[in-house]
Amino acid sequence: MKMSDKERIPAYHLPDTHGRFGQFGGRYVPETLMSALEALDKAYREAQQDAHFQKRLAELLKNYAGRPTPLYYAARLTEHCGGARIFLKREDLAHTGAHKINNTLGQGLLAERMGKRRVVAETGAGQHGVATATVCAMLGLEGIVYMGEEDIRRQSLNVFRMKLLGAEVRPVSGGSQTLKDAINEAIRDWVTNVDSTHYLLGSVVGPHPYPMMVRDFQSVIGEEARWQILEAAGRLPDYAVACVGGGSNAIGLFHPLVNDPEVKFIGVEAGGLGLASGKHGASLVAGSIGVLHGTKSYILQDEVGQIRETHSISAGLDYPGVGPEHSYYKESGRASYVAVSDEEALEGFQLLCEKEGIVPALEPAHAIYYAAELARQLTKEQIILVNLSGRGDKDLDIVAQATGIQL
Amino acid sequence: MTRIESVFARPGHKALIAYLTVGYPSIEATLELVPALVNSGCDMVELGIPFSDPLADGTTIQRASYRALQQGMTPQRCLEVAHQLRQRVGAPLIFMTYYNPVLRYGLSSFCRACADAGVDGLIIPDLPPEEGGELEKLTRRHRLDLIYLVAPTTIEERLGLVAARSQGFIYLVSLRGVTGVREALPADLEGLVARLRRKTSKPICVGFGISTPEQARWVAKLADGVILGSRILEIVESSDRPTQAAASFIRQLRDAIEES
Repeated sequence: MKMSDKERIPAYHLPDTHGRFGQFGGRYVPETLMSALEALDKAYREAQQDAHFQKRLAELLKNYAGRPTPLYYAARLTEHCGGARIFLKREDLAHTGAHKINNTLGQGLLAERMGKRRVVAETGAGQHGVATATVCAMLGLEGIVYMGEEDIRRQSLNVFRMKLLGAEVRPVSGGSQTLKDAINEAIRDWVTNVDSTHYLLGSVVGPHPYPMMVRDFQSVIGEEARWQILEAAGRLPDYAVACVGGGSNAIGLFHPLVNDPEVKFIGVEAGGLGLASGKHGASLVAGSIGVLHGTKSYILQDEVGQIRETHSISAGLDYPGVGPEHSYYKESGRASYVAVSDEEALEGFQLLCEKEGIVPALEPAHAIYYAAELARQLTKEQIILVNLSGRGDKDLDIVAQATGIQL
Repeated sequence: MTRIESVFARPGHKALIAYLTVGYPSIEATLELVPALVNSGCDMVELGIPFSDPLADGTTIQRASYRALQQGMTPQRCLEVAHQLRQRVGAPLIFMTYYNPVLRYGLSSFCRACADAGVDGLIIPDLPPEEGGELEKLTRRHRLDLIYLVAPTTIEERLGLVAARSQGFIYLVSLRGVTGVREALPADLEGLVARLRRKTSKPICVGFGISTPEQARWVAKLADGVILGSRILEIVESSDRPTQAAASFIRQLRDAIEES
């Protein structure tokens, strides 16, 4: 069933050779990095054609990361909402507790293949940092993770995990001390050490080929979910719902379904303290077109093009940009994007804990909240597929604090 | 002949180019610093329009940008400062900034405003030639030079591309890394300049990492111009009389370059 379904999907040709998704994407980087990006693109395309590389990646995804992750029918949540059936793609059950491992395994093998023994990465919530540190330990690579000081404070458990795994965590004190600044610093490191170093970017953002490459590595989510839902429900879902910060888990779910027009895509951004407050991370819902971190996409900027400071209760969504392919989906109408506030995300968090015995990360808690609201408006014959992109152990402090509970 | 061309038209003359972040530490300081540097032997001035996320810059220019932004600097105010400076100095003024503020201003409006203010060129470190086509059409229309950068990592096939597309001069990044003071410059700089010379007869100016008169002298022997930024900002930051201190540093650099 798996293969025949894949073959049925007509080819989707974006990005073009310049890394463009329509007007979005591209390569807006210092000249120093141009050759490195070209070399990375070439190495990636060769690896895609290399059966040995693909076999090794598939084996690691299976035996190391624990794939395929289950597709779970959330019966009590469905019953509680009283509408559409809700299925959860359990990326929280992947090794390291989030979907990030899919990409770090792929890029880790690629770094090894390119002979780059030093890896730098950025992290917001720490999930990508942990997944990078994990793969570096497993492959024997040197791992350096840049993390904003604000994020180090709110995700201290993940900082400790990265250190246990042998990575060096470098605090970033510039700017808003969050994910955006960690990316700036990782790029500066890469510009300086470009010959020896691979930049293991964690989302579908940045210059070409990152948005394409990270999408491809994350597409395993949607490829599995597609045959799993066909097996479980006998048909494709009416809606695919995922949270969007940079947008890697959402693209991973959406991309393999892009040529199934009956499946509507909904990306859920961080509404923070409310869109009107200006304190949010909703680049697609409330932003405008600009260039940040090497790519043209929707970003949060002020009237003169300075990047705005963002806010979200979830560090992983606290980012003023988004992957260019999401901007393309928005513009072409293939996906729609909504914002869910901190408070609503906490409701989604509690709902999943209480109804299903699953503690979600605060990032997908945004998607859970939206899916629950959506389910109420739909019939029992309809299906919502939600990407549960990570587990919530890392967020227990924040949730306790936000709900006024002393630990 | 454009103002930039006339700098390189003087036989045997090596260009000394200074970078300042506009509005750091204040607009008044910028208005005072630029004429003082030009009068002390600086041939061109790069005026940095501060950006919130300067990923090609090291800590010194990051800090200066941050402070300038805190004081309310915007591209519009930078244009006004450039316009005022144009009344006071004849030297070429070049804006250095990142692509997003320019995009947000509107590429066409920005080029027109630059031309009206008497700005001579643009350096945008996150805009390689592959992405610069649209802006390039407009800079040509408004007789501005769009100056592209070459780096030590630029492969042979790209050297020709960047050299052909760069206008005014070619900005050669001396090292792998961000802007900022370094103790030593890479030894292979000489070879890099030679590689680039084989592709172009356009003037080559070298920047990134240069901070002492000795380094400037060595670079001036190899190239057509020397660009300094972070060291000048450090002097401005740490001196009680920043204008005098920076001007005196420019004179030292000029003397060193003349000896080359």
